[in-house]
Amino acid sequence: MLLLIARRLMQLIPTVIIVSMMIFGLQQLLPGDPATIMAGEERDPEVIEQIRKQYRLDQPIPVQYVYWIKGVVTGDLGESMRLKEPVSTLVAQKLPVTLQLATMAMIIAIFIGVPAGIVSAVKKGTVWDYVVNVISLWGISTPNFWLGILLIFLFSVHLGWLPASGYVSPFVDPWQSLKTTIMPAFVLGNSIAGVLMRHTRAAMLQALSSDYVRTARAKGLNENRVILAHAMRNALTPVITLGALEFGTLLSGAVLTEQIFTIPGFGKLIVDAVFNRDYAVVQGVVLVTSATYILLNLLADLGYILVNPRLRP
Amino acid sequence: MKKSFRYGLAALLAAPLFAGSAMAQSSIRIGLAEDPDVLDPTLARTYVGRIVFASICDKLFDIDEKLNVVPQLALSHETSADGKTVTIKLRPGVKFHDGEPLDAAAVKFSLDRHRTMNGSFRRSELSQVDSVDVVDPTTIRINLKSPFSPLIAQLTDRAGMMVSPKAAQEAGDRFGQKPVCAGPYKFVERVQQDRIVVEKFADYWDKANVHIDRITYVPITDSTVRLANLKSGQLDLIERALATDIKDIRATRGLKLATASELGYQGITINTGKGDAAKGPLGSDARVRQAFEAAIDREALVQVVFNGEFKPGNQWVNPENSFYQKSVPVPKRDIAKAKKLLADAGVKTPVTVDFMVPNNPETRQVAEVVQAMTAEAGFDVKIRVTEFATSLKEAEAGNFQAYMLAWSGRTDPDGNIQTFAYTGAPNNYSAYSNKDVDAALDEGRTKNAMPERMAAYKRAAEQLAKDVPIVYLYHRLVIIAHRDRIEGYRQMPDGLVRVVGLKIKG
Repeated sequence: MLLLIARRLMQLIPTVIIVSMMIFGLQQLLPGDPATIMAGEERDPEVIEQIRKQYRLDQPIPVQYVYWIKGVVTGDLGESMRLKEPVSTLVAQKLPVTLQLATMAMIIAIFIGVPAGIVSAVKKGTVWDYVVNVISLWGISTPNFWLGILLIFLFSVHLGWLPASGYVSPFVDPWQSLKTTIMPAFVLGNSIAGVLMRHTRAAMLQALSSDYVRTARAKGLNENRVILAHAMRNALTPVITLGALEFGTLLSGAVLTEQIFTIPGFGKLIVDAVFNRDYAVVQGVVLVTSATYILLNLLADLGYILVNPRLRP
Repeated sequence: MKKSFRYGLAALLAAPLFAGSAMAQSSIRIGLAEDPDVLDPTLARTYVGRIVFASICDKLFDIDEKLNVVPQLALSHETSADGKTVTIKLRPGVKFHDGEPLDAAAVKFSLDRHRTMNGSFRRSELSQVDSVDVVDPTTIRINLKSPFSPLIAQLTDRAGMMVSPKAAQEAGDRFGQKPVCAGPYKFVERVQQDRIVVEKFADYWDKANVHIDRITYVPITDSTVRLANLKSGQLDLIERALATDIKDIRATRGLKLATASELGYQGITINTGKGDAAKGPLGSDARVRQAFEAAIDREALVQVVFNGEFKPGNQWVNPENSFYQKSVPVPKRDIAKAKKLLADAGVKTPVTVDFMVPNNPETRQVAEVVQAMTAEAGFDVKIRVTEFATSLKEAEAGNFQAYMLAWSGRTDPDGNIQTFAYTGAPNNYSAYSNKDVDAALDEGRTKNAMPERMAAYKRAAEQLAKDVPIVYLYHRLVIIAHRDRIEGYRQMPDGLVRVVGLKIKG
């Protein structure tokens, strides 16, 4: 088991290197010159030239890459051109926020999606199945920004129960933190819940029609035990995969939701950086996100082994 | 006995609570439309950043509602007869947030920093400054390379903001992480994209007029959400509310509206001289451009897109500005004239126009209205919606025939026109060049007397109305909404939120 983890961690290194090259290369394809954008309305040619020099934009791209990767290895992700702050500081500020939001959203998604999927599979063809399906379809098809604005109008403007926007760290005030993040977490969790429900339902239906479930029933096992211990455990594999993928997506920042609830996470940071061609920030955030994504996939693989003994080495 | 002891104890315990609330800090939260860039007056470039600077960094001069220059850190200024030296008297006894004195040496330091620092965006604004001399502790003399009448107007903005020399020398280009200036509020903390917090500066020169202890600036990009936050009481004031929300704001109890006509404009830049795109009928024949302009109904346009809240315009300053040229009024729509001009030019209709439009919902709508209006005169406008950064690149390369471009505006009219219409100027995307216009614009910035400047700009306006390198469309309204618990709010035309004089009711 340890060997497996070590091997997978070793595989991480070339993957991250390839990802880093791709990030670097791809954003060079973006039209628009960072120095010109930086120069703002004034566009003083001499200042633009100074910016190019200062951030080595006048050097060939491979040279720029080498400078950057050298910094990354020593823990220096570069400096934001727009904010004149180290990228590592920005990442350190935003990562906990995004992690908190993503975790809360995932918890909400799992608590809604998985039981709903099981109910819908077990009660296939009944009213319950239809109701759950309609709700999940609603969850998938409701645009996040729209649901977000509706929630703000209901809970903040009309009822005045929750703050409309902003973020408070749980280390500063846990109750206030929950109040500021519950709406965005619900918005994000809601759309994932729909997807999770569909996958759980499909996997459960397959499991319920398999031989071992029939055997379990034939042995006279209690139906709850058949569903929860036999069918569900096997049906969880695709759900874990999906959960890890969705969680990874959440970590790269939920742009629209963060925008609407003014949550200072990765999404807002990266979108602002892209529009301002603040390359160092884009590179830093994408690198951290992709490394986290790869780690999550590793965790998902380990998760399969936990639920499915056949995969154990 | 026992009971009264208990009450006494309760009162004793509660006492600090009441004392605390009596002395509670007053604070307000201001919603910004974007997250500002670096908070260093030398390196800053965004409009939204100037709103935050308005509370932390005082300037040598300021403007009033009518765009008159009024003293701030400076008391007065005097220009020499040849226009080449400007002597500025400073307000005595002013201190920076770190306690350092704001004297002539400090002002010279700040102006020199703006002029020479690597990556300074103030360099072009102060490019006419040759040197700065300290005359005495409260007097400086600015020596100019050539007479430059917009200088004092430049000093009403970031170029006139003074930074503490000690703090600036220590922090270098990281000064913006903890700016130390001489404004009514001092910087406390900033969390990127979340908040900027400032608190009252006890030694401010005009402290009698500063009534609120703490201000938090919160960037909220979505305007609907910004307004919802104001309604729910999360925010006390928001900037850049939408024109289409004005009715709603007026109808909401507890909200107040403050507006002013902007200093800038929205217009369509026409490529008249760069690359192949300029060789089409629109770029090569002024009559075709005149026809294009004649086909546009500006009044209808602002009615349709902005509920009639914005002001139609046809010059680089709005019609209320004292530099507006009344001899060139906003033209009415005239389709017959447009068709005749096209016929005179002998072009085959429909004249196709590649119209590059930066991607945002309002400009897209404006572009569609222009497209529909000009179609009636014989134009086939093809809208190309382009992300803003990309559109700048395309504009520089000359890859457009018409380009929707906004300008945030400057206090002095020179800042709204010179960089766009002067031969070879940095923002002259049209690649327009006319010797008479160049001469008139030169005169406009070197003459000091108002009648002479007006005469120069009149010549420029008349020529530009014939050549039409830019079709000016309208001037936006600065729209600020605030809760009625805030008193004493006054809106200046630059759109910034001035916090001196603000009070919380009750």
